[in-house]
Amino acid sequence: MRRAAGIGLVIVVALGVAAALAWYVFRPGYLPQTVTPAAKPASAMTQLIDRGEYLARAGDCTACHTEPTGDLFAGGRAMPTPFGNIYVPNITPDDETGIGLWTADDFYRMMHTGLSRDGSLLYPAMPFASYTKVTRADCDAIFAYLQSVPPVKRKNRPHELRFPYNNRELLVGWRALYFREGEYQPDASQTPQWNRGAYLVQGLGHCAMCHTQVNALGGSSESKAFEGGMIPNQSWYAPSLTSNREAGLGDWSLREIGEVLQVGISGRGTTYGPMAEVVYNSLQYMTDEDTEAMAVYLKALPPRQSEPPPPSSARLVQPAVMETGRRVYEKQCGMCHGDEGKGHPPSFPPLADNQSITMSSPVNSIRMVLNGGYAPGTRKNPRPHGMPPFAHILDDEQAAAVVTYIRVAWNNTGTPVTPAQVNELRKLLPE
Amino acid sequence: MSRFLAGVLAAVPLLAWPQDEATPSVASVDTIEARVQGCVTCHGQRGQGTDNDHFPRIAGKPASYLYNQLVAFRDGVRLYPPMNYLVAYLPDAYLREIAGYYARQRPPFPAREARKADAAVVERGHKLATVGDPAKQVPACIACHGVGLTGMEPGIPGLVGLRTTYIAAQLTRWRVGDRRAAEPDCMKRVASRLSESDVTAVATWLSMQAPPADASPEPANLVRMPLACGSQR
Repeated sequence: MRRAAGIGLVIVVALGVAAALAWYVFRPGYLPQTVTPAAKPASAMTQLIDRGEYLARAGDCTACHTEPTGDLFAGGRAMPTPFGNIYVPNITPDDETGIGLWTADDFYRMMHTGLSRDGSLLYPAMPFASYTKVTRADCDAIFAYLQSVPPVKRKNRPHELRFPYNNRELLVGWRALYFREGEYQPDASQTPQWNRGAYLVQGLGHCAMCHTQVNALGGSSESKAFEGGMIPNQSWYAPSLTSNREAGLGDWSLREIGEVLQVGISGRGTTYGPMAEVVYNSLQYMTDEDTEAMAVYLKALPPRQSEPPPPSSARLVQPAVMETGRRVYEKQCGMCHGDEGKGHPPSFPPLADNQSITMSSPVNSIRMVLNGGYAPGTRKNPRPHGMPPFAHILDDEQAAAVVTYIRVAWNNTGTPVTPAQVNELRKLLPE
Repeated sequence: MSRFLAGVLAAVPLLAWPQDEATPSVASVDTIEARVQGCVTCHGQRGQGTDNDHFPRIAGKPASYLYNQLVAFRDGVRLYPPMNYLVAYLPDAYLREIAGYYARQRPPFPAREARKADAAVVERGHKLATVGDPAKQVPACIACHGVGLTGMEPGIPGLVGLRTTYIAAQLTRWRVGDRRAAEPDCMKRVASRLSESDVTAVATWLSMQAPPADASPEPANLVRMPLACGSQR
């Protein structure tokens, strides 16, 4: 026994020595030290500029300040307003023609108060009524980012506003009526997520610029916040975000709201026109967390039944019109949107039980039938489906009939539209 | 969109059959055919064109040519509001895919226009297209667009199957500077040397030509072109 144990011990020791030797011989060599730049923590300046770029996207600065084939932020784009053309300024860091000589203080004052560096009042085409809510830290980050892009020498073009709107002093009155200065104040009774969403929607997102009705003076009233309205000079209707009859989001899931914002399509509806532009240039770049925060805030907007559903008498459609609409639908629409208007969401949006079809303004539905449209190509939906134009196939009566049909069929609660309404929109160029 | 959802969608067959060539129709949602339904009422189900004089056949044109046009429409360099609007928010890679799809299509050609044209006009068009006008420094169309008028890779479009109205409108846009291509813009040089009656003549003759058996564009730069073209680089 003892002998056997002794042999065993020898074997164990021998094996141990062999293993140690083997390890020594075959041990992995030292790998060359690879220090990739990514492995280093980003410098404070890099982090600031990165954050500024993200926030500049949240604010969709590029949509106005960059021409489609022009240099980033070099301005020059004409922005048509009911008062004449405004030419968007150069915000590259060029000393002479851009904001190269601005300081972070100048930039914050501009964002916060709507005063340019030289003290002149900005026209509210610049959404400073929303940007005033942006924090100093975020303004500084955006400023650092703007200073980091290539400077472009390009003189600003003077605005072409009609009298009396060419007089900037008038803006004093506008500001008194419609401008409330002040950074976003968190609501302690709400979650941090809701507050983050509110901050983004009310501030950099400047959603109210379109989704709150703009009056004849180009102002939007706080008491009507997010109740929807026609977008000036674009002839698209920005639906109410508070009415469940429009794009009110009360019965949408957070996921669906987030998808519309960040992906551009959802099971409930798809973005086209001006909202597609916002998604393409801005919202597709938002993080999932920020997207969800905006969805949480939007879903929680208090529903306002400012607009009762139309009485059934208003929804009466002449049988002949309904029959024309049904025939057009079957021939042209059904293969994508389905016999029952259920569509193939999210690729082909549903028309049944879709608020954007039944809301009181039929403008968007008519425009879609006339001009078609593609959802924006986004990081999460880079190959969107599209709808063809029918302006050259359907006359005013047929187009009115098919829009009427989709607004009242399948228990939809919309009202009929007239050929005259179609004709009015047919005269506009698609945009 | 989740991959799962896309998979489910791909499995959903759409029970739809083409009713006519310009009517939306798809067999399955997650396909390029379904994605380009936004094009069909003007360009036809496979890009063959429709009976509308204003919209061109796009099938079989070189992919790079189609891609250049889509980008130019998106960025507002080529102006046609219905197209500018439709492709405004589509990324490069997707436009390239759409261009490639239509470049691969070889649908049959629609019946040619039955149009009575003055013999002298047709003869002038014939001469411009096949010989050019040396006195005006106008090269023949076929020198770049191919003997079969099917275009040349990568950037020169086929002309066969296009209608008089469309060709004349494009030449006119080029003459007045509304339409342009990459520098050196050879087509601008050619078009600016044509008179209005030349435009009518060459558009008339071109629209009367029968398509060749193989409608594919000629390979790139097999022949030396009379003018340098930025789109061929």
